[in-house]
Amino acid sequence: MSAIATELSAAELTKGAGLPKWLAPLLIIAIAYIVVPLTGGSYLFEAILLPFLVLSLAGVGLNILTGYAGQVSLGSAAFMAAGAFAAYNFNLRVEGLPLVASIIISGLVAAAIGIVFGLPSLRLRGFYLAVSTLAAQFFVQWALTKFSWFSNDSASGVIDAPKLSIAGLEFDGAVGRYLFALTVVVVLTFLAHRLVSSQTGRNFIAIRDNETAARIIGIPVLRTKLLAFAISSFIIGVAGVIWAFAYLRTVEPAGFDLDRSFQILFIIIIGGLASIRGAFLGAALIVVFPLALSRLGNFLLGDVFDSGVLDMSQRIVLGALIILFLILEPDGLVALWDRVRRRLLLAWQSS
Amino acid sequence: MTFLSTVKALALSAALAVSVALPAAHADEQYFPLQSYRVGPYAAGGTGFFGGFIDYLNLINTRDGGVNGVKLTWDECETQYEVERGVECYERQKSHAGAAAWNPLSVGIAYAMIDRITADKVPLITVNHGRTDSTDGRVFPYVFPLLLNPYSETSGIVNYIAAKEGGIDKLKGKKIVVLYHGSPYGKETIPIYELLAQKYGFTVQQIEVPHPGNEQQSQWLTIRRAKPDFVVLRGWGVMNPVALKTAVKVGYPVDHIIGNVWSNSEEDVIPAGEAAKGYTAITTQASGNTYPVVQEIVKTVYGAGKGNLEDKSRIGSVYHNLGIVNGILNVEAIRIAQEKFGHRTLTGDEVRWGFEHLKLDPAKVEALGAKDLFHSINVSWDNHEGEGYVTFQQWDGKKWNVVSDWIAPDWALLRPIIEKSAEAYATEKGIKLRTAADADAVAATN
Repeated sequence: MSAIATELSAAELTKGAGLPKWLAPLLIIAIAYIVVPLTGGSYLFEAILLPFLVLSLAGVGLNILTGYAGQVSLGSAAFMAAGAFAAYNFNLRVEGLPLVASIIISGLVAAAIGIVFGLPSLRLRGFYLAVSTLAAQFFVQWALTKFSWFSNDSASGVIDAPKLSIAGLEFDGAVGRYLFALTVVVVLTFLAHRLVSSQTGRNFIAIRDNETAARIIGIPVLRTKLLAFAISSFIIGVAGVIWAFAYLRTVEPAGFDLDRSFQILFIIIIGGLASIRGAFLGAALIVVFPLALSRLGNFLLGDVFDSGVLDMSQRIVLGALIILFLILEPDGLVALWDRVRRRLLLAWQSS
Repeated sequence: MTFLSTVKALALSAALAVSVALPAAHADEQYFPLQSYRVGPYAAGGTGFFGGFIDYLNLINTRDGGVNGVKLTWDECETQYEVERGVECYERQKSHAGAAAWNPLSVGIAYAMIDRITADKVPLITVNHGRTDSTDGRVFPYVFPLLLNPYSETSGIVNYIAAKEGGIDKLKGKKIVVLYHGSPYGKETIPIYELLAQKYGFTVQQIEVPHPGNEQQSQWLTIRRAKPDFVVLRGWGVMNPVALKTAVKVGYPVDHIIGNVWSNSEEDVIPAGEAAKGYTAITTQASGNTYPVVQEIVKTVYGAGKGNLEDKSRIGSVYHNLGIVNGILNVEAIRIAQEKFGHRTLTGDEVRWGFEHLKLDPAKVEALGAKDLFHSINVSWDNHEGEGYVTFQQWDGKKWNVVSDWIAPDWALLRPIIEKSAEAYATEKGIKLRTAADADAVAATN
């Protein structure tokens, strides 16, 4: 994995001839803020961009833990749930608490839970750790269902998201909620990007690559691991808040099941481990691809087969494509993207 | 921001102009967006219900040429009973012109849609399920838990148990266990069972079975220890046959298990085999294919090879008949609205008006060929459930036999609880209570 990192920076160097490194992300952000809201329809926001943003953010969070620090976790959905329910409860029970504050607090709650369930990582590694993070998955979901206090004793355990407003500015409608989610994602992604290129980020990588060596060169392994769990859970928790408040606008614990944890894990594996961009590419594939397949299937074969048969065949196609993709490109979409870009650049330079 | 909103308004109005111009070119059509599920753990319910619904729409198109000449159209979007997929389908299908009503058949999806459909002014039908307090049309103008909301179902079941025991006063000191599905649907009735237990003096113990419910050993061991007089099975999908089989394993008598309205189908009892013999369940629509409307579907729709069910033996099963009843309710609401607004494609708000005047007395139900299939319905602007009647059926190993008359739930008892809950929701969301005059004002465009 460290091989990828060096390869990447070499690539950055060669193309660093003309364009500054920050230009591409800035351009994408500008497009996301200005062009997309002007041109997109509500389907684009509600069904594609909002889940894409949330899952990307969760992917960024998990990537810090799994990609950079090397700790496999299957508890992501639980941290999302913890964030969503914490934000709901702080918003409900603390009069006049600003939305930003309740989001930050909910991230901290998720981080605290992350630290608790990160404790086994001090003794366990690899598959054993993954299995122990399952405990978080089951425990959080169980607690949220068991104690109806968490959902304000609502009869069915489903909670309604409050209105999104920051300092009098209302984020109503699909575009408003999209901009809200986008802002949170941009801010947290920027912070995550800074983090992984800082000393702490390098400590994460050192622990991932060789724990004993990291200990010998004086990295506090115990603290760093727990820090990774905390930061990762914070980001995933905030992703859970956006999922509940901006995307679905209703939450039930069942929405944060093991399937969601696996989905986030697949996002970072397919997108590329230890890469911020990878989370976004992976989320794009996981969110958009099934939709594209299902629309294509409906369009081509909708009159011949019923929706159940179509859905089943889409799953088969999707699964087969993922397997094929992982065999041909185990380093994820990021590696694929970099290769394509390098080829293009070479072709451009030589012409 | 003003510049942005101007540009947006322009873009929106252009899009609107296009979408208004398009349907004018076609003949009049009324569209049903079907968020169906044909795969996943609840496929049995989904295929039966949506099969029956589509079969009835097909019948209206083939036999009558649509509703007063307005053809019914639909398309399906697979949700697998998952909320995100339901939301995606909603966003995908709502751009289609002339939508009459949404029927997601999932409480979770329905909850996520309430704000959205209220803004769009298109009715959301949750037949026999849904959010109980949406019965209050003052607070939920576009949501219709038709025929039977979860509280009425609970009241019906408790009254039936009382009748079996020999009177409502005999409930005192009895013990009832409610085994419920771990989902928004399953939990909806927790408070009402507690309340009825207090009122009638029985004790209630409510035990959750986590979704999807294919493992219930520990729950049934708890039940065996508790030795209840009755167990109410509030299940869904695979949970039901597993419950019946596990009950036999721990030695609990099956004729003391009462199924709720989503635990009452052939698909729930056939997989349980012998274990289901003697099991009783509540229903709003009898099963069987002898009813004239079902016979017509067999003749007209299946005869022409256009039937939706692959397995013909499921024609007239509980879910299929519920789909047919749901079709009748949707189509009749459109018909009633057409009498007021004209024989053309209606807006969602006009269909809402139709649902709020959906009154089918037993004579009208008989004229529709559905005598004894379901009893009657009487929806008004502030009562979106419509006073559906229930009956009980017992499984004899081969078919369901009706074992009770049509029973009315105790609406007078439930209404104040529903209103209180709806008013609390209105306060929380800042909703102004609607009046009869508001209900009569109808938006002519979507």
